[in-house]
Amino acid sequence: MIQRLIRTLVGAAVVAAFAGSTAAQDSKVADELAKYREALADGNPADLLEVKGEGLWAEKRGPKNASLEQCDFGLGPGKLDGAYAQLPRYFKDTGKVMDVESRLVHCMVTLQGFTREQATKNWFSKPGTESDIEALVTFIGAKSNGKPINVPATHPEEKKMYQIGEYIFYRRSGPQDFSCAICHGQNDKRIRLQDLGNLTTKEGAGTAMKTWPSYRVSQGAVWTMQRRLIDCMRQARFPEPNYLSDSIVALQVYLQKNATGTVMETPGIKR
Amino acid sequence: MNKKIAITFLCVALTQFAWAEEKTASGKSLSKNPVSAEAEKVFRDSFRVDSPKYWSQRLEQDETMKLCSQYKDNPPVAVRQKIELAQKATIRYPVDGKLLGDWKEGEKIAAHGRGGHIGFIQPDKPMTPRGGNCYACHQLAAKEVAYGTIGPSLHHFGKIRGNSDEIVKYAYDKIYNSNAFSACTNMPRFGLHSWLTPEEITHVVAFLMDPESPVNKD
Repeated sequence: MIQRLIRTLVGAAVVAAFAGSTAAQDSKVADELAKYREALADGNPADLLEVKGEGLWAEKRGPKNASLEQCDFGLGPGKLDGAYAQLPRYFKDTGKVMDVESRLVHCMVTLQGFTREQATKNWFSKPGTESDIEALVTFIGAKSNGKPINVPATHPEEKKMYQIGEYIFYRRSGPQDFSCAICHGQNDKRIRLQDLGNLTTKEGAGTAMKTWPSYRVSQGAVWTMQRRLIDCMRQARFPEPNYLSDSIVALQVYLQKNATGTVMETPGIKR
Repeated sequence: MNKKIAITFLCVALTQFAWAEEKTASGKSLSKNPVSAEAEKVFRDSFRVDSPKYWSQRLEQDETMKLCSQYKDNPPVAVRQKIELAQKATIRYPVDGKLLGDWKEGEKIAAHGRGGHIGFIQPDKPMTPRGGNCYACHQLAAKEVAYGTIGPSLHHFGKIRGNSDEIVKYAYDKIYNSNAFSACTNMPRFGLHSWLTPEEITHVVAFLMDPESPVNKD
């Protein structure tokens, strides 16, 4: 573990040297990503966040001075092995289909006594502001590494969310007539030099979903799936959806069901 | 008599069947998403109510968007023709009637991909010019290797097709409203949405057509 951490620290320094690349340099970043991947094979900066998340998971925090160790992600209280790979799923206690982040916030509120506002205030990191949610999701995600994604969406509520996700995937609007499908509905396409996965297929959705949460070199941060999908909306020139909104959960059900059977490799490292 | 009733029943049944199993050009079976009304509400409810009004307007769908969404961008022939006809009627031209602008301006517009991003996290700065972002999807000048492949290569566009008035008008019309030619194409309707002005579109047309433009020269 120590050796792994040292490699990670070296890796983080290498990445920091490249970070700060702007959109204008996207193509250069894409070209050099292969080099990063090689250099960082054992040193994904996300590993640091995973360690931090492990600490946060066990730490007694919040008004109730409780840890998250009794949080139930669908496999029973505290059972994290393979839990991420089976989310989103329907939870009886809330009567809702929830993704990993919705459930985590639910536990921060119910177990630790945080308000929802407190729990979600720093749902993503900014320069100088770290995000506990990013760290915790990276830790929880890594507990599914090597496990196949398994979201069959058989419960009626899950099935409905799958259909809602599919509806949103193909829904065109905005000043560029965009939908998710125009870039992610065909095989073997790319935008500029960036390869685009066909997210309607197992192969495309699997390749996309298995590596989240992921360290994003161009952003210098780990992104969760909520962050990823909310940014897709921005790129499509749509308004910004709320964090944890049902649209984003529904899209995840759609993508995870399509990806079902693909073995998780998380945390990933991406452009 | 019984035979007549039976035939009537059969006809009704067949009509029902055809309705439910409407086929697209590619033969894919399509039925309307059974939860579309609820899904639309879920989608709309996902956005902050205190967003500026021009943001929420971006969630509105015109008839073309609705039909393309419903048919997953692959509508049956009759719907396709209806969309193309209606979209053709939306095309407007520059006041001076000239469809060929300055290819050097067009080159800049084609390469520029920023503009129009909104939201609280990473919006574009106000007044960021909007680009055509043509290279995101098309090959154009040979010297630009970072081109996408969602659309066809447009390298040597004018060289291959010549620069007759018809080709110039086709290029202008296609950029102004892509759906006038192929309903539910991935390509945005740059003129219809005022994403580009008619004048800016003439610059892009010149970039595609001019023999001196790197699209055709190299």
